[in-house]
Amino acid sequence: MTVDLEFLKDSPYFAGLTPAQLQSVRDRVFERSFDRGEMVSLEGEVSATLYIVVSGVVKIFMTSADGKEQILSIVRPGESFNDVPAFDGGPNPAGARAMGPVLLYGISGDDMKAVLWEHPPIAINVVRTLASRVRHLISLVEDLSFKHVIGRVARILLENVAGEIGSGPRMTQQEMAAMAGTAREVVGRSLKSLEDRGAIRLDRHRIVITDEEALRRIMEPS
Amino acid sequence: MAEKPIIDERRCRGCGLCVSVCHLHGLVLVGKVVVVVETVQCDWCADCELVCPNGAIACPFEIVLLQN
Ligand code: SF4
Ligand code: SF4
Repeated sequence: MTVDLEFLKDSPYFAGLTPAQLQSVRDRVFERSFDRGEMVSLEGEVSATLYIVVSGVVKIFMTSADGKEQILSIVRPGESFNDVPAFDGGPNPAGARAMGPVLLYGISGDDMKAVLWEHPPIAINVVRTLASRVRHLISLVEDLSFKHVIGRVARILLENVAGEIGSGPRMTQQEMAAMAGTAREVVGRSLKSLEDRGAIRLDRHRIVITDEEALRRIMEPS
Repeated sequence: MAEKPIIDERRCRGCGLCVSVCHLHGLVLVGKVVVVVETVQCDWCADCELVCPNGAIACPFEIVLLQN
């Protein structure tokens, strides 16, 4: 399969290039494919390759000392990842895993820099893409550093418990995130952490409160 | 029968991202809309909900107290 010029033209990095310029980018781009669950890049590894998702979804995450996964972002077709190590040559700040079958376009950091030298106007694309990445991470850092997110999630669970099975409201993690004023990525980890502490049990479509007292203790005071 | 994720057909664009990530192969595209396979024993991992760019598939939780 050859690298698709139309796809490159629409990607945030290469938008605005002429067909001839795109051709010179295409000569540097290579394809890689991964199956569900495969690691595209490891946290801490030096790889210096920028990837653009062509099809499928890639999960970017960090693992804490206690082995818990914190999702940083979900990368969908047309979006890129591994930009930071590709540009600064340092180790990957996060891991990347294929959530299903995935096709990627890769370009080495050196080639990306060469493209920038040759076509300086796309520097603005790079700045824009990195700026939006920084913005996303800053909001996530805010959420993660507020320890009481887990307390807010505990409160939401206690306030929305069904009197009888089938009678209560049903809530998605997105809705809980909106109620807790946090990101969807943080709610998943909060629920896991509440489960680890023995306060709840995730039982398919049910969240079973197994220790109401413990959950009340975790809940932040209003 | 196992509970299944809820699909909002008006929002679904048929991009197939949820289909590609479901580890139980429980989702399929029928034309431009995704449907849940009748027999899937969905484990509510919510990966489909996580990846959908349009908020078209939901795995809502019911919150219950443990009855002793
Ligand atoms: S990811 Fe969302 S929009 Fe795409 S097929 Fe699935 S439900 Fe539809
Ligand atoms: S919740 Fe998980 S198992 Fe169920 S349909 Fe979605 S991706 Fe598949």
